[in-house]
Amino acid sequence: MSLLLFIEQTLNGLQFGVMLFLMAAGLTLVFGVMGLINLAHGSLYMIGAFAAAAVAGATGSFLLALVASFVCAAFAGVLIEFFVIRRLYDRDHLDQVLATFALILIFSEATRWVFGSFPLFLDKPDWLSGTVMLPFGIEYSLYRLAIIGVGLVVAVGLFWMISKTRIGIRIRAGENDREMIGALGVNISLLYTFVFALGAALAGLAGALVGAIQSVQVGMGEPVLILAFVVIVIGGIGSIKGALIGAILVGLTDTLGRSMLPSFFGLFLEPSSAMSLGASLSSMSIYLLMIGVLLFRPKGLFGGV
Amino acid sequence: MRKETICNAALLFGLLAFPLWAWVTDEPFLITLTTRAIVFAIAGVGLNFALGFGGLVSLGHAAFFGLGGYVMGVLAFHAQTYTSVMDWPFVISGTKSMPIIWLVTIILSAVLAVGIGALSLRTSGVYFIMITLAFAQMLFYFTISWSTYGGEDGLSIYVRNGFPGLNTMDPIQYYAICYVVLLMVLAFVFALSRSSFGLALGASRQNEDRIQAVGQVPFRLYLTAFAISGAITGLSGALFADLNRFVSPTMFSWQTSGEIMVFVILGGVGRVFGPVAGAVLFIVLEHLLGGLSEFWHIYLGAILLGVVLFARGGLYGLIAGREVAHD
Amino acid sequence: MKLKSLIIAASLAASTATIAQAEGVKVGMITTLSGGGAGLGIDVRDGFMLAIAQSGRDDIEVVIEDDQRKPDVAVQLADRMIQSEQVDVMTGIIWSNLAMAVIPSALAQGQFYLSPNAGPSALAGADCHENYFNVAWQNDNLHEAAGAYSNDAGYANIFILAPNYPAGTDALTGFKRMYEGELAGEVYTQLGQTDYAAEIAQIRASGADSVFFFLPGGMGISFLKQYADSGVDLPVVGPAFSFDQGILQAVGAAALGVHNTSQWSKDIENETNAAFVESFQAEYGRLPSLYASQGFDTANLLISALEVADVDDADAFRAALEAANFDSTRGDFAFASNHHPIQDIYVREVIQEGDVFTNKIIGTALTDHSNAYVDQCSM
Repeated sequence: MSLLLFIEQTLNGLQFGVMLFLMAAGLTLVFGVMGLINLAHGSLYMIGAFAAAAVAGATGSFLLALVASFVCAAFAGVLIEFFVIRRLYDRDHLDQVLATFALILIFSEATRWVFGSFPLFLDKPDWLSGTVMLPFGIEYSLYRLAIIGVGLVVAVGLFWMISKTRIGIRIRAGENDREMIGALGVNISLLYTFVFALGAALAGLAGALVGAIQSVQVGMGEPVLILAFVVIVIGGIGSIKGALIGAILVGLTDTLGRSMLPSFFGLFLEPSSAMSLGASLSSMSIYLLMIGVLLFRPKGLFGGV
Repeated sequence: MRKETICNAALLFGLLAFPLWAWVTDEPFLITLTTRAIVFAIAGVGLNFALGFGGLVSLGHAAFFGLGGYVMGVLAFHAQTYTSVMDWPFVISGTKSMPIIWLVTIILSAVLAVGIGALSLRTSGVYFIMITLAFAQMLFYFTISWSTYGGEDGLSIYVRNGFPGLNTMDPIQYYAICYVVLLMVLAFVFALSRSSFGLALGASRQNEDRIQAVGQVPFRLYLTAFAISGAITGLSGALFADLNRFVSPTMFSWQTSGEIMVFVILGGVGRVFGPVAGAVLFIVLEHLLGGLSEFWHIYLGAILLGVVLFARGGLYGLIAGREVAHD
Repeated sequence: MKLKSLIIAASLAASTATIAQAEGVKVGMITTLSGGGAGLGIDVRDGFMLAIAQSGRDDIEVVIEDDQRKPDVAVQLADRMIQSEQVDVMTGIIWSNLAMAVIPSALAQGQFYLSPNAGPSALAGADCHENYFNVAWQNDNLHEAAGAYSNDAGYANIFILAPNYPAGTDALTGFKRMYEGELAGEVYTQLGQTDYAAEIAQIRASGADSVFFFLPGGMGISFLKQYADSGVDLPVVGPAFSFDQGILQAVGAAALGVHNTSQWSKDIENETNAAFVESFQAEYGRLPSLYASQGFDTANLLISALEVADVDDADAFRAALEAANFDSTRGDFAFASNHHPIQDIYVREVIQEGDVFTNKIIGTALTDHSNAYVDQCSM
């Protein structure tokens, strides 16, 4: 593999990682603050993508579609927090897994009921189409660069919110001692609703951004959900920094594994079995990465105590 | 406590009477449906041993369920094509005998469970949930691309494997086999939960420090429980594959892990008979709701949600009261 | 056993009466109506039911069940249809892995099976069966056509990719069976993969002059959108699955101009097809897809056989099916000796008609094409 291709694949891996970060950020935030495992996070991602596709179809504006994805997912988040999630905070993980598994069933089929069984159309706007020339003569998709940009802005925004703002202080306090900050007069239930809605909105935004270059269809959330869980487990649950680093690690492992393992096996196997073996191993690579990390750091890279 | 015993007896009696009635009225499909419930129940009993008694929330039990299926599939496939599974370093040939398949399944599942458990038990909580899921996902992707045994298409076995003295293709006779296996598994788990090992495991789940103080090693207790749990779920996988005469990577999917967990929770966590009630209820719901509407998953989801939110302790908690017998 | 035979004997008189009453035909359709991939099953069902309705026959009862795309559910439904519903003919399965789970054992129990979609190679070759008919294709057919078309188009160094599962390896094998040029690269992607940046970068670096891909469903949508946005502008060829009426709208302009191979298109010129397209649109309010045409043809084949033979007379009924004496939406249609179609396979181009993206035939890739497994079938 040429150096140039290697650089391009590394960039692809970074970009895939940032996409995963958008999804994982909300998940890790919700877990860190409320101790809640939310399998329905993938459904919020799907809701965002469908809302964006519907609005883009009706108005033709991509920016409005992004706003719609953010708002709809946040609204759905508030609804399920109020009716379901609220009752799960003091339950064990088992109940949380099952209840949010049930939510996946409900949301997937309800979406299919409303929008039908065929994928929807959602495309990037003209002003983000095409490619740009990067140094070393790498031709790269402008839209993918834009996703990297949005991902980094979200990362910086979350760091800033958590470390500098009043709400961030409360969130951090809530992670450490729930009863105490309740006793200090902070409206815990409002704080939780806000955090959950924020996580949902980020998932929805990710769904819309990614949906524009992928397929907007029922069930699109689950594969990404599992990847996002791998990301936050590697990074350490509850840590935004961990999610960012975990996402980039997973993105790089997956992309480089996919592109390099088959040619690696090609060195000593016949081409078609090398292809197939390389592809099988690369589909397992991120799980191997996760198991490897957990063996040395059972609480993830930035999991703390 | 007494109420629970009555429930258990009623459940076992119902699972005997209903298929017999279906047999007499010549409704073989209802027998097949009940067999499915029984097999799922065994899978649930297996998971419940780790989850209910040991507090190990595994979202990766599909790994064992699928392994059982593939042990059956691979052995029967080779017997069917008159080839050997491997020639080196020693020859292993295929077989169409259920008892041998079960034995191999139990051993391999236990070995796999010890392997997964030894690595996973270093973590806890959500990390444990996710690492068990990761192992199952790896097996899922592996089997999808494993072309020797059909990859995603899976393996078809045209005739059910044999059991000495019985015609396994007859629905009621295959049902009898599964029912007896279920009884044996239940008896085994019941005895185990009353043994010193079971008591130590329960105590360890509630308070690890104390159990360490009396000289037990929680890690070893958990690992043993996980291995037993995996072996039971593996066995159910072999039965399931024989029921369908077919195995495919779907058995390894994370949805399968989720469904096995649903049986346990619907029925009642930590009760020996809970998963049996849960699996039966699940099959009944699937059968009834599936006839109602194309979008029946919505109703299924709503019912699950209702059980988790408002009927803690599952079906057993609702009928037999909150108290879990062994607490 | 005694008890049972007594009860059976007692009820025999009553049941013969009911059998005599219901002299019609019972068709069991197991297809995917919920979850991912439901669109294909719904199209097959709608096409099938349209033909039944148009035939005006009220003695054909169709039992429709949803397999949720799960093999074990499909097996269970098949058991129910055979054991309890006692259907005469089965049909409907979309996916090859479900087909392999259900069809061999259904055939072993004496059922007729008419496949409206799945055509795994096993059922065409070594495991072929006298009561199994595939009305759509052998799975390799469209890929073979793509290979033949690539030769015609003068591609000499093509990059090929497909997911890493049996249908994917079959696709690339089928393509290579006909294609005569060089391969610039051969890549297996992950099943369900959504991001193709790495593969597109490999295509760009490979120096290929064209690309062949088989990525059904959402995977194809993702690939095409990302490919169009990558600045790589090599010509693309693929089988019809990713360019079907159902999903073409979701790909949008990214698919414009792409060439794909199909045994059916809405602009095949014959009376049956024109009437089918018009009546399907009138009935369901959407353009028919490839899958709808396959469901429609399957039902018409069944009806044509029922008109000359009774389903209880297996030999006569089989002969009537083999004759394939029905008006296909594809024009000429015949069965090869292994009961898979002999048919023309066309090359289509994706075009835009007003707001709607659709396909237009631009040529024929293979004429009267059969399949590679005929010799392996001992029928």
